Amino acid sequence: MASVSVPATGGRGLLRRPTAITGFWSWFTTVDHKKIGIMYGVVAFFFFIIGGLEALLIRAQLAQPDSTLLNADEYNQIFTMHGLTMVFLFVMPMSSALFNYLIPLMIGARDVAFPRINAYSFWAFLFGGIFLYSSFLLGGAPNGGWFGYAPNSTTDPSIGMTFYAIGLLITGVASTTGAVNLAVTVINMRAPGMTLFRMPVFVWMGLVVQFLLVFSLPIITIALFQLLFDRRWDTAFFDPTRGGDPILWQHLFWLFGHPEVYILILPAFGIFSEVLPVFSRKPLFGYQFVVFSGIAIGFIGFGVWAHHMFAAGLGPVANTAFGVSTAIIAVPTGIKIFNWMGTMYGGDIRFTSAMLYSVGGVAMFVIGGLSGVTHAIVPSDYQQTDTYYIVAHFHYVLFGGAIFGIFSGFYYWWPKAFGRRLGEAAGKLQFWLLIIGFNLAFGPMHILGLQGMIRREYTYPETLGLTFWNQVSTVGAFLIALAVLMFIVNVIRTHLKPRAEIVEDPWDARTLEWMTTSPPPVHNFDEIPTVHSLDEFWHRKYVEDERTGRLVPAQAGASDAHDDPHGGGHAIHLPSPSYWPIVSSLGLPIIGYGVLYSWWLFGLGALIALVGFYGWAFEPSVAEE
Amino acid sequence: MADLAITPPSGTAPAHDEHATSTGLPNTKLAMWVFLASECMLFGALISTYVLYRGASDVGPYPDDVFDIPYTSVSSFVLLASSLTMVLALAAAQKRDVSRMRLWLLSTALLGLTFVAGQVYEFTVFYDEGLSISTNLFGTTFYVLTGFHGVHVTFGILMLLSLVGFSAADRLPDDAAFPVEMVGLYWHFVDIVWIIIFTVVYLIPTPAPAPV
Repeated sequence: MASVSVPATGGRGLLRRPTAITGFWSWFTTVDHKKIGIMYGVVAFFFFIIGGLEALLIRAQLAQPDSTLLNADEYNQIFTMHGLTMVFLFVMPMSSALFNYLIPLMIGARDVAFPRINAYSFWAFLFGGIFLYSSFLLGGAPNGGWFGYAPNSTTDPSIGMTFYAIGLLITGVASTTGAVNLAVTVINMRAPGMTLFRMPVFVWMGLVVQFLLVFSLPIITIALFQLLFDRRWDTAFFDPTRGGDPILWQHLFWLFGHPEVYILILPAFGIFSEVLPVFSRKPLFGYQFVVFSGIAIGFIGFGVWAHHMFAAGLGPVANTAFGVSTAIIAVPTGIKIFNWMGTMYGGDIRFTSAMLYSVGGVAMFVIGGLSGVTHAIVPSDYQQTDTYYIVAHFHYVLFGGAIFGIFSGFYYWWPKAFGRRLGEAAGKLQFWLLIIGFNLAFGPMHILGLQGMIRREYTYPETLGLTFWNQVSTVGAFLIALAVLMFIVNVIRTHLKPRAEIVEDPWDARTLEWMTTSPPPVHNFDEIPTVHSLDEFWHRKYVEDERTGRLVPAQAGASDAHDDPHGGGHAIHLPSPSYWPIVSSLGLPIIGYGVLYSWWLFGLGALIALVGFYGWAFEPSVAEE
Repeated sequence: MADLAITPPSGTAPAHDEHATSTGLPNTKLAMWVFLASECMLFGALISTYVLYRGASDVGPYPDDVFDIPYTSVSSFVLLASSLTMVLALAAAQKRDVSRMRLWLLSTALLGLTFVAGQVYEFTVFYDEGLSISTNLFGTTFYVLTGFHGVHVTFGILMLLSLVGFSAADRLPDDAAFPVEMVGLYWHFVDIVWIIIFTVVYLIPTPAPAPV
C-alpha cells in the first residue's frame, strides 16, 4: 500500500499539504479513488441500515390494524425518510462507491479525471446526508414523501420539507460533480487500445448513468429551488391561489424522477453483465445489444415521466402517448434479460454467492418489470395508482434489481478491494434468507394493493380484512433484516480471520481490474495494460486450441501484467492528498442552515466554500518534490 | 464549479490529467462542456417555467407596466460586448501578451459588473413600482429566472477577477491560454443564455391579462 512515498511540499498552499497516505487521518484528505470508493460504500451502507430500521418501523406499525405504535405525523416522517434514504443516501452513493472503485481499474486508469473533485463529491454527499438527518433534531423530518408533491410540500407548517429541499440540493451538488468527473474519466482516461466497445458493460452502464445524472439533476435542482423559494420567500410557483400550478412540480419532479429510476437500476444491470459471464465461463451473449439497449433505456427514460401522473388529469392524448412510450421502454429491458439468459445457456455455471445474487436479482427484476408493464396500461393504472401494488412493483425492481445487484457486486469484488473472499457458505445462506424474506415482504403487497390498500396510510381498520397479508409482509421484512445482519457478521468474520494466501484472480475473471494485485496498489497498475479485445484478461489467459476449438491456457509469459519497468511504481506521480475538498464541501451544509436560520450563517458557509476553492486553486494537484 | 476552471494545470509536476487522453481533449475542457450541457437543462427548466406562467398572473404589475426595453437593451449590449473582450483576452493569452490579457480580462469583468449592477438597479425600480417576488407569478418567475442568471454572471466575474489575481501573483502557468479559454467557455455560455432570456422575457410580448 505504502509503496509510493508522497513527498512533502514547501509552504506554497494556505495549509500545510497533508502527506500521510495511510492511517486514520489520511482518509480525510485522500484523493485516491479506491479509498473514496470505500468511504462511499461504508457511509452508504450505514444509511442503508438506518433506512432499513425505518422500514422495520413502518412494517411494525402496519402489522396490526389500528396500530398506535406511531402516530400519523411520525409515520409520515418515517416513510418519507425511508424513501429519501434508500434512494439518495444508499443506492445512488453505493453505485458511486462501485463506480469510483472499479471504473478506473476496469478501463486501466491510475485514478479518476479529477481526484480532488471526487473527494469533494464524497464529502458533499456525506454532509448532505447529515444535514437531511439533522432535521429530526431541529423540528421534524421531511414528511411529504420522497416525491414531495406540492402544494402539500409548500404549505406544510413543519420545517421538514425545507430540509428536504436544501438537503437534496446538497446531495445534488455531490452527484453532479461526481457525474461530470466519472463521465470524463470514462471518455478520456481509457488505457491504450481500450476502445468504447472494448469496455466492460459495467463501465458502459456507468457512463450512461453519469449522463442521466448530468441531464436530469439540473431539473430537480430547479424544482427544489422553486419549492424552497415558495416555502421560504413566499413565491407563487406552486400556489394555486395565485395562479400557480402544482402539476408543474409533478412534471419537473418526474422529469428527473424517471431517469433517476434508471440511475438506480443500470448499475445493477452492469453488475449482472459482469458476474453472469464469469460464472458461466462464457462471454456475455450479445455484448452490443446489452450496451445499446442500455443507451436506449437512457434516452427513452427521459420520455416516459408522465406515467407517474396518469391520475393527474393530463387528458387522454398525453396519457396514451406516455402509456405507449412506457411500453416501449420495456423492450430494451427485455432484450437484456434474454441476453443474460443466453449468457447462462450452455455455460459451465458455478453457483457462487455472487452468481446467486445476480440470478436472483434478474429473476426478481423480471417480476417487477412485468408488474411495471401493467401500469403502462392507463385504465389499469387508474386502479393501481397510490396503492400497495405500486409499492410492490418498485420494491421488486429497486430492491429485487438494484440491491440484489449490489450484494452480487459485494461478493464478486470483495476480494478485489480487500484481498479476502467473503464467507461463501454464509453468503449462500444469506442469499436464500434474503430472497425468501424479500418475497414474503413484497409479494403480498401486490394482493393488498389490488384489494385497495392505499399507500402512505399510517393505519387501517380491521374490518377491511387486510391484516393477514400485512402480517406476512412484516415477517418478511424482519427476515430481510436478519439477512442484512448476517451479511454484516460475514464481513466481520471475514476480516477477523487471519488473511489466507491472497488469490489474485479468485473467480477466473475476464476484465482488467483483475490484472493487478488485490487490493490494488495506490497507482493501480505497475504498467498500464494495452488492450486488444473485449474481455482482455480472459484472452490473455486462454486461447482457443486450433484443432479442437476448446479453450486452453495461454502460454506462460504471454501476460505482461506483472512486468515492472517502473520499479514498483516509485516513478509514478499520483495526485497528492488535500484538505481542500473537505473544507470547501463543509461550506454547503452551513449555507443550508444559513438559509433556514440566519444570513450570517449563510455568509459564513459561503466564505468557507470560497476559502476552500481558492486554497484548492492555489494548490497544485501533485505536490512538488 | 469555479474550481474546474481556475485550477491551473500544475506547471512543475507532470499532471497525468493533462497528458494524452483518449479523445485528445484535455479533461478540464471536456468536463466544462459536460457541465455546460448540464447547465442547459438548468436554464431550460427555469425558462420553461417562465413560459408556462406567461400571462398567468392574476394581479399586476404586469410585464408591460414595468419593463423599460431601451434600458435593458443597453445593459444586454454591455453583456454581449463582454464576450468580445473575452475573445480578445484569449487572443492575448495565446500570444503570451500578459499585460493585454489582464487588461481584457479586467474589461470583461467590468462589463459583467456593469450588467449585474444594472440588474440590481432594475430590480430596485421594479420593486418600488410594486413588483416583489411574491406579488404575482410574473414577479416570482421573473426574479428567479433573471436572478439565477445574475448569480451565474457574478460567479463568472469572480472567476475573471481570480484569473487576473492569479496572473498578477504569477500563479498562472506560462501558457495561460488554457485557463482563460475555460473561463471564456463559461462566460460565453452565460451570455448566450442571456440572449434567450432577453428575447423570451423582454422582447416577446406577454398577452394581456384575462379580465377578472
